[in-house]
Amino acid sequence: MANLRDIRRRISSVKNTAQITKAMQLVAASKMKKAQDQATAGRPYADLMNKVLVNLKEQCDEDTHPLLQEGKGDKDLVLLITTDKGLCAGLNTNLLKIILTDAAKDASYVTVGAKGRKAMARAGRDLMADFTIDDPVSFADSRRISQFIIDQFLSGEIRSVKVGFSNFVNTMTQEPMFETLLPIRAIDLGRDKDFVGMGGNSKPVEVVHGDLGNYGGYIFEPSASHVLDTIVPQYVDYQVYQMILESRASEHSARMVAMKGATDNANQMVKDLTLQYNKARQAAITAELLEITTAMKALE
Amino acid sequence: MYLDVVTPEAKTFSDEIDSVVLPGSEGDLGILRAHAPLVTTLQPGELRYVKDGSEHSLAVGNGIVEISNDYVSVLTDMAIDQDDIDATAVEAALERARKELSDTDITEDAEEIQKAIMQSIAILEVHRRRKGH
Repeated sequence: MANLRDIRRRISSVKNTAQITKAMQLVAASKMKKAQDQATAGRPYADLMNKVLVNLKEQCDEDTHPLLQEGKGDKDLVLLITTDKGLCAGLNTNLLKIILTDAAKDASYVTVGAKGRKAMARAGRDLMADFTIDDPVSFADSRRISQFIIDQFLSGEIRSVKVGFSNFVNTMTQEPMFETLLPIRAIDLGRDKDFVGMGGNSKPVEVVHGDLGNYGGYIFEPSASHVLDTIVPQYVDYQVYQMILESRASEHSARMVAMKGATDNANQMVKDLTLQYNKARQAAITAELLEITTAMKALE
Repeated sequence: MYLDVVTPEAKTFSDEIDSVVLPGSEGDLGILRAHAPLVTTLQPGELRYVKDGSEHSLAVGNGIVEISNDYVSVLTDMAIDQDDIDATAVEAALERARKELSDTDITEDAEEIQKAIMQSIAILEVHRRRKGH
């Protein structure tokens, strides 16, 4: 039977662990809520952008835009969005598994998050750049990344840009995704992606034509193609921003669930240890009593 | 007429207004009721709107404006209300950006910084004008 003092020490240490994991769980829960709110706050922006894009598509030859054409190069560029810290169950592992099998070995990698950077370095992939993004995510930060990617794409050495990230389905489920960002397929312009604005309940955008009254359509100033030139890079900026937000929400929800599991396990362990402690204490008392009675018997 | 100003991060402004003047890339653009459907690009500058007879300003960044059915929607990467402008912080940022610009010799970086400078100047412009009142 284990030493009483040892058990007591273990109980208090497990209790401490439970306290820490509980705190981490609560922090992750509030951060998840924030990331979700942030993604939904951009919803009107996405809706409006889609509306303009749908109308633009009818008025100009969008196929000629460079961001809608396959790049001239022969290499792929992969943007990999992972977490900086661990303790979020299989989130990174699941994503990295997909990247390591599906992404081209000779592709250039741009990483966000320490986990992805280390994994790519270990796998001997070509790391082109690494970005850090603070919590909460700011659009200005995410735009630095998307601008870098657009510049690379337009430089002529890249054929296409793909993004690996974790899509937030709900608190319990995060889905690793590997999506093409560039070239944009003309058919996708103005259409809702399920990772925009905390998808899950996303529905295709209705094309609204009727509400322009007696007018045939929009007047574009200075020209439809000029507006397209402005809006397409913004569309890419917004997509990347949403992907990062989805990853952040996934990270925090995965961590919350993992920490909830850890807290539950720790509490169960405290229970088991307390039982063991009581048994040991009882055994010690019985043994003591036995000794006393035998001693008394011997004296009689 | 209704005005909406949205950024990817939030809906900055959404209210009934009488008229609005936008900093379009082709020059300032005044919009009154019953304007024809229009889409145009925006450059960093001052957005002025009139509501109940009094004028109010927002500093806005690059973006797109869509007008249809007496509904003006502004899509931009930055929008700050005149009352929320922290002039000293913006001036410091402007100073920093100018220094960075003179230090860098990468064209792409310079373009980005140039953009940031334009936005800072737009914010300061709005601030300066409002203070004069």
